[in-house]
Amino acid sequence: METMAQPAAVSVFGMIVGLIAVIGLVSVNALFLIWMERKVSAHMQLRPGPMEVGWHGAIQTIADALKLMGKELITPRDVDRPVFWLAPIVVFLPVLLSFLVIPFSQNLIIRDMNVGVLLILAFAALTVLAILMAGWASNNKYSVFGSIRSVAQNVAYEIPLLITLMSIILIVGSFSLVDIVNAQSKYWFVLIQPVAFILYITCATAETNRAPFDLPEAESELVAGFHTEYTGMRFALFFLAEYTNMFIVASIATVFFLGGWRGPFLPGFAWFLIKVYFIIFLIMWFRWTFPRVRFDQLITFAWKILIPLAFANLIITAFIMKLL
Amino acid sequence: MVSYFKDILVGFYSLLAGMSVTIRYFFQPIVTVQYPRDKITMTPRYRGHTQLALDEETSTHTCIACELCARTCPSQLITVKGVKVDKKKKVPWQYVIEYQYCSLCGLCIDVCPTNALEWSDEYRLAGYTREDSVFDLLTRFQRQQQMAGVPMTPIPEAPAVEEGEAEPVEEGKE
Repeated sequence: METMAQPAAVSVFGMIVGLIAVIGLVSVNALFLIWMERKVSAHMQLRPGPMEVGWHGAIQTIADALKLMGKELITPRDVDRPVFWLAPIVVFLPVLLSFLVIPFSQNLIIRDMNVGVLLILAFAALTVLAILMAGWASNNKYSVFGSIRSVAQNVAYEIPLLITLMSIILIVGSFSLVDIVNAQSKYWFVLIQPVAFILYITCATAETNRAPFDLPEAESELVAGFHTEYTGMRFALFFLAEYTNMFIVASIATVFFLGGWRGPFLPGFAWFLIKVYFIIFLIMWFRWTFPRVRFDQLITFAWKILIPLAFANLIITAFIMKLL
Repeated sequence: MVSYFKDILVGFYSLLAGMSVTIRYFFQPIVTVQYPRDKITMTPRYRGHTQLALDEETSTHTCIACELCARTCPSQLITVKGVKVDKKKKVPWQYVIEYQYCSLCGLCIDVCPTNALEWSDEYRLAGYTREDSVFDLLTRFQRQQQMAGVPMTPIPEAPAVEEGEAEPVEEGKE
């Protein structure tokens, strides 16, 4: 599995440091993204957004997080207790694990695995399980509706997501994220695979349950969907997982299409973060532009448009690769 | 088959059009006023409570304490009391409105023979008690003069009680 030849002690030490760094990054990233989301949405509606706590409301989310931590953890009477308690943990674990293989820069990666992409996508699929658990255990019709939608949506959108990534993997010939970034030393893959990029961003938006594909938590119809019954820190974990998932899909997009850490002048880590936050800005931009799709439109869109287009893109890529 | 691809392209174009609208708004200046810190200047036709108009030439008010406004007011919330300064001229030594009763009908402004009244642009009128909305327009007028940078008109002394009724100064009508 591992391509790095390191002494075991160094490796273990690296793992521990990596884990702490990842947890730190996840929290800071989520706090920043929530602030960014509020700012982006506000400015698109000619509002200033949070302005009171800190410079332009910069530490507003810290105040919100502290408030959330202080909230009582309510467990409704008729919920399925073990599943109800487990769901926030199950939603958060795969998110943490996905950081194992994300290459922040040339050497800043916890483990460079040659199945990197598959690992992230496999763990991303676990999120669906957690949402299903949360919705089912809540014993509430809106939550169940939310999780049913989420499962149908994620199953539908995972297929084009994988197929679009396959066309890149076909070009590079490796599942390792580092190899994929190294293959883009001359040009970014977004230039030769624009269709795949657009398809990927669409699927990624759907995978992270973001508007216009936010049916699992459609506020106006399902209260809050699968996390209606969750309070305090448990709710915060779902929130954290959602924003961290955004970071992960954005970093996959960066690695596959925007050349990862590559860029002039600035260090690799900075370039990686700039690109990731650009993709996240794009996803937020979608959210504040497009209205939510209807459920049949959502599924039709996946099966009739995204999957055929993804397949066509893959076949054409394969054909050209064979010719070259 | 052609319509399938046409739908996709047209749909994609419409998405881009929508996104161009939101990004244009994103870079436009915000319109929110951070209220307690920023204040907006009201439009010229805004109707706040009434105030004494600053006369351009004499830089004082033109009120002659005729009490027409007090008598025409449907809510009887204006109290004007004048004092004679010489044989002909009378000036108010007290002009109080109890704004909480005001319906902003503007009859006092219409009826004023010397055009001494005007609408103010005051909109921060919240208060904790009923007495907070009782405005003494003469002291307010001194502030207006201060803002305009002209000498203040002194408020004349109340005349010695000789007409019989010793009404307290701050008493309003019930």
